[in-house]
Amino acid sequence: MNLTLYVWRQKGPKDLGKLEQYEAPNVSPDQSFLEMLDDVNEVLIKTGKDPIAFDHDCREGICGMCSTVVNGRPHGGQDRTTVCQLHMRTFKDGDSIYIEPWKAKAFPIVKDLVVDRSALDAIQNAGGYTSCHTGGVPDANAVMISQPAAEYAMDAAECIGCGACVAGCPNSSAMLFTGNKVAQLAALPQGRPEAKARVKAMTEALKECGFGNCTNHYECQAACPKGIDVKFIAKLNREYIKSLLP
Amino acid sequence: MQFTQSTVGRKILMAVTGLILISFICVHLLGNSSVYWGADGINAYAKHLHDLGPLVWIFRLFMLAVFGLHILFGIQLTLENRAATPGNYAVKRLVRANFASETMIVSGLVLLAFVVYHILHFTMHLTNPEISASHLPVDALSRPDVFTMVVLSFQKFLISLIYVAAMVFLFLHVSHGFQSFIQTFGFNNGPSLHILEKVSKGFALVLLFGYISIPILIIFGIVKI
Repeated sequence: MNLTLYVWRQKGPKDLGKLEQYEAPNVSPDQSFLEMLDDVNEVLIKTGKDPIAFDHDCREGICGMCSTVVNGRPHGGQDRTTVCQLHMRTFKDGDSIYIEPWKAKAFPIVKDLVVDRSALDAIQNAGGYTSCHTGGVPDANAVMISQPAAEYAMDAAECIGCGACVAGCPNSSAMLFTGNKVAQLAALPQGRPEAKARVKAMTEALKECGFGNCTNHYECQAACPKGIDVKFIAKLNREYIKSLLP
Repeated sequence: MQFTQSTVGRKILMAVTGLILISFICVHLLGNSSVYWGADGINAYAKHLHDLGPLVWIFRLFMLAVFGLHILFGIQLTLENRAATPGNYAVKRLVRANFASETMIVSGLVLLAFVVYHILHFTMHLTNPEISASHLPVDALSRPDVFTMVVLSFQKFLISLIYVAAMVFLFLHVSHGFQSFIQTFGFNNGPSLHILEKVSKGFALVLLFGYISIPILIIFGIVKI
């Protein structure tokens, strides 16, 4: 099939950037979205033009590097699919495709479709860990964790940190990302001792990084390639309320 | 960071003040529905309220503070959210947000303007002085004659239209706000969210029909003096 692409091109962080039109001829329906972009880049390189910069790594939907808004939906909007696992069979011959980077003040654009997501690391560094002694391997089952708690924590830990929740949010809020981390650790006994300090520190970091506030649009859940539930934001809210109590 | 500066702290403040405001509009609707018992209903209700004396003013000041906080934090959060969002996407498709959730600041500011008008109209009798001038302030039992004032007011098409339109904005605001405060208080375990959203819309519809029934029944002459 033949497609027309409108791709966000921006030379650097200070450049204004604009959409540019490209043709993608002879696209195979079996190609992934990023393979289609690879082909477009091949042509650009051969004709001496600057290829389109985009983030990618595993291309298996697990690393969270790919980060592209396709036709107005983060990762293209296919349920529980990262853009690297989005296949061209979901498009039709003659389609126009708009390809844009994550847009949020907290995610400055580095080049074209590549954004700097270190703000998510800053939130994680503010409290997304447990402080414990390292050294000898602890005895198995020394700390008992119930099956429901383990499942709950694993559901929250499914987050791959891609930032689609921020890109999809009308307020550019990272509350789902933060909620996942808070909920995951709060559900486990190892995370309980620091739960109060953690929720305060991580939500403060969220604000300081320039993310917006959550107003319960739930657009993050729809955008998340792992389908993470906004119940983890509710959990964050409960943990925050608990942190205010003596 | 202070509770009043925290992103979640202010979310909780919006939820608590929102809950108080929703409780108020429920009680207000119950009070208003006494209009269906005629002058004996709503005039007696008005007399009871007047007889509370200073308590009325304490309650008014409390509601003013709650309303003020809800508005101020609402505006502050909206401005921050706009600042956090740079240029729009060339193409943007929202799938989970809805018209009500996206227009909270608009419906909120319309409701603020409406509340100011509503107080100027019914509490201070300033917007339509000819209505107050056309009847005695008290009825035969020397109770405030709210019934006559309400019926004469809503017999004017423009006044009824303003009230009905404002209640549509109230419906939008509450249909998002009701489920929003439940999520903010943390009462959502995942599957409950869809039910909460339906309950929220249903509740907002009950308020809408409850409130607009009064001007509509008056304009069609079903409730009359």
